[in-house]
Amino acid sequence: MEKFTTLTAVAAPLMRVNIDTDVIIPSKEMKGVTKTGLSVGMFANWRYSDPVARVENPDFVLNKEPTRHAKILLAGANFGCGSSREHAVWAMAEYGFRAVIAPSFGAIYYGNCVVNGILPVVLPDTAVEALAKWTEADPAKNLITIDLPQQTVSGPPATLHRFEIGTADKEMLIEGLDPIGLTLKREPQIAAFEAKDRERRPWVYL
Amino acid sequence: MGRTLIDKLWDEHAVADLGDGATLLYIDRIFLHERTGSVSLKELKAAGRPVRHKEQVFATMDHIVDTFPGRTDNTKMPSGKDFITTTRAAALEAGINLFDMHDPRQGIVHVTSAEQGITLPGFTQVCPDSHTCTLGALGALAWGIGSTEGEHALATKTLAVKKPKNMRVTFTGTLGTGVTSKDMILHLIGKYTASGGSGYAIEFTGPAVAALPQENRFTICNMAVEFGAFSGVIPPDETTFAWIKGRPYAPKGADWDKAVTYWRTLKSDPDAVFDKEIVVDCADIVPTVTWGTSPGHTAPITGVVPDPASMMDSSVRTSWQKAQEYMDVKPGLALEGLPITSAFIGSCTNSRLEDLRAVAALVKGKHVAPGVNAIVVPGATSVKKAAEAEGIDKVLIEAGFQWRESGCSMCFFAGGEAFGERERVISSTNRNFENRQGPKTRTHLASPTTVAASALAGKIADVRKLGQA
Repeated sequence: MEKFTTLTAVAAPLMRVNIDTDVIIPSKEMKGVTKTGLSVGMFANWRYSDPVARVENPDFVLNKEPTRHAKILLAGANFGCGSSREHAVWAMAEYGFRAVIAPSFGAIYYGNCVVNGILPVVLPDTAVEALAKWTEADPAKNLITIDLPQQTVSGPPATLHRFEIGTADKEMLIEGLDPIGLTLKREPQIAAFEAKDRERRPWVYL
Repeated sequence: MGRTLIDKLWDEHAVADLGDGATLLYIDRIFLHERTGSVSLKELKAAGRPVRHKEQVFATMDHIVDTFPGRTDNTKMPSGKDFITTTRAAALEAGINLFDMHDPRQGIVHVTSAEQGITLPGFTQVCPDSHTCTLGALGALAWGIGSTEGEHALATKTLAVKKPKNMRVTFTGTLGTGVTSKDMILHLIGKYTASGGSGYAIEFTGPAVAALPQENRFTICNMAVEFGAFSGVIPPDETTFAWIKGRPYAPKGADWDKAVTYWRTLKSDPDAVFDKEIVVDCADIVPTVTWGTSPGHTAPITGVVPDPASMMDSSVRTSWQKAQEYMDVKPGLALEGLPITSAFIGSCTNSRLEDLRAVAALVKGKHVAPGVNAIVVPGATSVKKAAEAEGIDKVLIEAGFQWRESGCSMCFFAGGEAFGERERVISSTNRNFENRQGPKTRTHLASPTTVAASALAGKIADVRKLGQA
């Protein structure tokens, strides 16, 4: 997993609330038992005027320069709500996104971001709106900087937004850790739990 | 201080405190399906990691298989066969329980898991599927995860989870005629928005919940994720225990008695404190339908499409405008009487025997309006068989409904099948998202009986008026 420390990049604003994972990666675009090859189908129904023929919709923010190359997405509240499909995050990571800034996230989407090296940043509504307006004014010049160790987002001169993130999530992103490997080190604790639990709730253990 | 039911479920599964509010939780049951579970199994194998306790891991086929009679691995989805065969091979190799396409235990994961008695009160259960929260209606802590977390659960039988805050939603009063548990949850999400439960695990309780048959309770917990919640639970009671008793995987003999004694402790202490409380008076709930592209875009059947200009927040206003453009509805339009081309009854929200019985009772001796494509898809093969034993299939077919094999079906292109471009569909499912049920398809969510009444009328109908015309 790619590590995340600091990032200064073009940001693409998509300021609608409740952007669901069906929008991010439609069912039809999840074509194989794989984590790859998904970026072309990302936002397919918004990005293409004809999703089958892949005809670009020129009005969509990711079809414009320079936001086509954005590494940061700005969005409205409850981004990534809906289906648990991790394909939404795999598609965005493959496309080149490293961070999403929104007032809130779908819980499963948030967790999926962290395990795939995408930083989900929660900022108040007004802060996201202000960042979106500022970057929209001159997207090539008005870059947004995210500093994960410091937990800050900066954009317009003299503004610095602090954001909260769980210690474990932060460490996971900065170090690019393997969470399964970490948990497997706790094998004795898991085995001890099971031994005790088996007495208490025998019907759990088929 | 007393503990909530969710606190109790959490504490009972705590393997280790990870600090910063996170806990390593023991996972009792893992369920997989062929769309997202296939990736978990494949990646786990590639990493050379075995499944821990394969007897407690289950997989079924629901998301990619089609629901046509005589179905095979070759679905209408061009690459669908790959998902099915990969899942089958990976499940067999890993040695987990597989309910394959033609197995009598096959069904939509969250329906069949309860039908078979696999999910029990007090359990933790995960599945790489957001509607896993459905099973909270049995008093289990069940939630949806991604495929990577699925791998973690398979390899370690645990998950590291940050504890959500506690919310209690109390439904008081009694439901009016024609009002269902689907209307209860749609009403709640409509009033408090699709992110109203964000950051919370929710206990649904109160006299109106306790009065519901077990099968109708699943509908409420099913849509906890549509409310933005981590999950939802309903305290298990005698109705729950009676419903579970005798199911294939339910405990038997002395274990049953011991389990029930334990299950009776699964409720919030009287002095438990919740971080947030909502009280809903069921007298305020009428049959509810959605007008937009978020489950929060609801209106009473007697209501109209609202005006986006009334919204202060600009991103909300924009979303409402875009939703109304997509749905081809305008502010002030009455929902009742809006013509529909299709009606769908199915999905993990509303496809259980109680739902099918209610629909059959309503449509018996009547017929679907000309030109309306009406489809019923039972939630599990066991539900299909039970419905057929009662003659429900015959009633529905005579009324002009299609009667299908079990699966997720047209909730979202499952099996590669979808409604036609720009069709207006009334649906008993949980998501009215853009393009979910077909290209530019306009979905209105409602209860199965409202869907059935609308199918008969050929337009969105108030189920309470049926038979009065």
